[in-house]
Amino acid sequence: MSDAPATPSSASDLIQPVGPKAARSDLALRLRANSEYVAIPLLAIAIASALFAVFLIAIGKSPLDFVSYVWRGGFGTAFSFQNTLQRSAPLILTALAVAIPARIGLIMIGGEGALVLGGFAAAALAIPMIGVLPPIVALVLMAIFAMLTGGFWVGIAGFLRYARGVNETISSLLLTYIGIAIMNFFVEGALRDLSNPNKPSTKPLGDAYMVGKIPGTDVHWGFAAGILLCILIYLLLERTTFGFAARVTGGNYRAALAQGLPVGKLIVAFSGIAGACAGLAGFFEVAAIQGRANASLAAGYGFTGILVSFLARHNPLVIPPVAILFGGIVAAGGLVQRRMELPDATVQVLEGFIFVVLLTSETLYGRFSIFKPTASKDRT
Amino acid sequence: MSGSEISRRTLIKTTALGLAGATLNIGAMRRALAAGDLTVGVVYVGARDDFGWNQAHAVAIKALKEVPGVKVVEEENVPETDAVSKSMESMVNLDGAGLILATSFGYYTPFVVDLAKKYPDVEFRHAAPLWNKDKDPKNAGSYFGYLNQAHYINGVAAGLATKKNKIGFVAAKPIASVLSNINSVLLGARSTNPNATVQVIFTGDWSMPVREAEAANALVDAGCDVITCHVDGPKVVIETAEKRGVMSCGHNASQAPLAPKGLITGAEYKWETIYKGYAADLAAGKNPPNFLTGGYEVDFVRNTPFGASATPEAQKAALAAIEGLKAKKPIYVGPLKDNKGKLVIDKTYDNLDPFLDKMDYLLEGVSGSTT
Repeated sequence: MSDAPATPSSASDLIQPVGPKAARSDLALRLRANSEYVAIPLLAIAIASALFAVFLIAIGKSPLDFVSYVWRGGFGTAFSFQNTLQRSAPLILTALAVAIPARIGLIMIGGEGALVLGGFAAAALAIPMIGVLPPIVALVLMAIFAMLTGGFWVGIAGFLRYARGVNETISSLLLTYIGIAIMNFFVEGALRDLSNPNKPSTKPLGDAYMVGKIPGTDVHWGFAAGILLCILIYLLLERTTFGFAARVTGGNYRAALAQGLPVGKLIVAFSGIAGACAGLAGFFEVAAIQGRANASLAAGYGFTGILVSFLARHNPLVIPPVAILFGGIVAAGGLVQRRMELPDATVQVLEGFIFVVLLTSETLYGRFSIFKPTASKDRT
Repeated sequence: MSGSEISRRTLIKTTALGLAGATLNIGAMRRALAAGDLTVGVVYVGARDDFGWNQAHAVAIKALKEVPGVKVVEEENVPETDAVSKSMESMVNLDGAGLILATSFGYYTPFVVDLAKKYPDVEFRHAAPLWNKDKDPKNAGSYFGYLNQAHYINGVAAGLATKKNKIGFVAAKPIASVLSNINSVLLGARSTNPNATVQVIFTGDWSMPVREAEAANALVDAGCDVITCHVDGPKVVIETAEKRGVMSCGHNASQAPLAPKGLITGAEYKWETIYKGYAADLAAGKNPPNFLTGGYEVDFVRNTPFGASATPEAQKAALAAIEGLKAKKPIYVGPLKDNKGKLVIDKTYDNLDPFLDKMDYLLEGVSGSTT
């Protein structure tokens, strides 16, 4: 941000925005205002790290060692970085499942349920297709079915919100438990693979029906799909009338109704898109990692996604870097455990510090005059 | 011109060969290194101090750390997702582990199998009898202990300690290994006390602390004065029994600190026998065995040192029974009927007979149902 174009020299530039100079000043103003959204989170992460360093010193460990192990375990080697990217893949998709409804003013936290059911639906649909359809066709159908299932599941919470006024945060959370129970019901019953006696699972997909790795890497395609979806969702939210209508609804529900916007359809549609993202994450868990549906699908990715989305301020373009940061911390957590002989909860302490400080930092927005347009400064 | 062409081609060929050779050498070097100084990577699904399954492994790993030339790296709370795959791979890549011990059931397929294929120079061993010699990589393998033998000893001691002749058993799921432990407690108790019975309650899952406490309370209310269990973490069951003032027998790891008054003894895995054996094999440059199972006869299980509730007679009988098991004295002496009156064990079977691995019944003398 330091090499941004010069700021407008006087308020008159704002009053008469004509010509290329005015356009440049406008950009400068926006950069100045937006740099707040970069500087404050970075400051928050720095403060959280300082607090965590105090914690480490208090238990007699070296913060410098910690930093070097996080670097080595999460980012420093080709293996570590790919480990980080792979771990961030489900988080990107489940964070989208929170960020999309947030734009329309809903706090949906049901990504875990949509992920589990989406993954289960993909695995169940695969059973009759294995050996019948070519893998590419089967995988595409599975992915679509997973997204429909996830979309339907979170869509229920959206519908209940609009039609019955049910709090969507509570209903989406409760639907998660129902979703996990439905999967367990089938996996331990009708769809159980009897050749696997001690861990109830559906029938394995087999190597031919698995999604491979991105060529030249050890990261599965779910990561690329997540990045692509982030960009698409960003365009949908910021560059279409559909997204605009959603933002209006999120900004002022009554005003949107008064404007004649189809509020109900918008809410259900956005909930559905959100659920579809989580459902796709479930598809990749099944088709790229587990090769079958079982209780391991409920690994908490849906809940970590909530954290990622809030830290990214529900901005789809910020979700990938935040998810990678989280993936890196988790990936490095293992090395920290092994080398520093710290318990597994250590990285959770760090995550907790980051979350609390970042949420607290919300109050700082608009308080630093350095980020304010010069015009308003002139007026004071 | 053509000469330089050839020489360039030769050069490329030689380089490629050289590189291939270097790769092979790295493999050999790793093995040589492993022979001198072995790094063992261990992954646990839960906490190392859970008083149960994970602790049983952690205790053995602590013993393994004492072996000269062995370095251990450990990770706990690793879920059965690609997280375990990445943790194990990280141990191989960043810590140079030559042996990986994967201690949870769900780690095996696809994670251990796939990694074993990817890293043929690293030995992977998994704690459940799943390795298939026709399908699975040769550098993977399984190890498991027949804990029912130690439960049999629990029964022998409990049969003499009980005053009401009723032993309560809190069980997770009605699968073969759990049923065998229940039946072994009964047969052990019957060997010293023909009037002994076992009452069982299934909780339905491996870790359900609230239901385990309820089940333990219900068994005490039903008149049981000895409580034992087969769940992942027996802490809640043993603590509940101690609180209710009844006796208890442990499972998986030592629960002695939880029941200073009520403990008789407990069934424990002795994984260090296996782990030290692996380390010794690798140090000697040998491949460790792919498939290891057994009980007292190979020193894979043990019983917790007798607690305050073990009477002198109970201790004497238990020690004698342990000697019997070491000499492969059979537990399942047929013919035996299940608790519905059907003949299920037609003759006497060896303790490791595969016939017993398919057990799906509770013997006559056990009250409770598998369904």
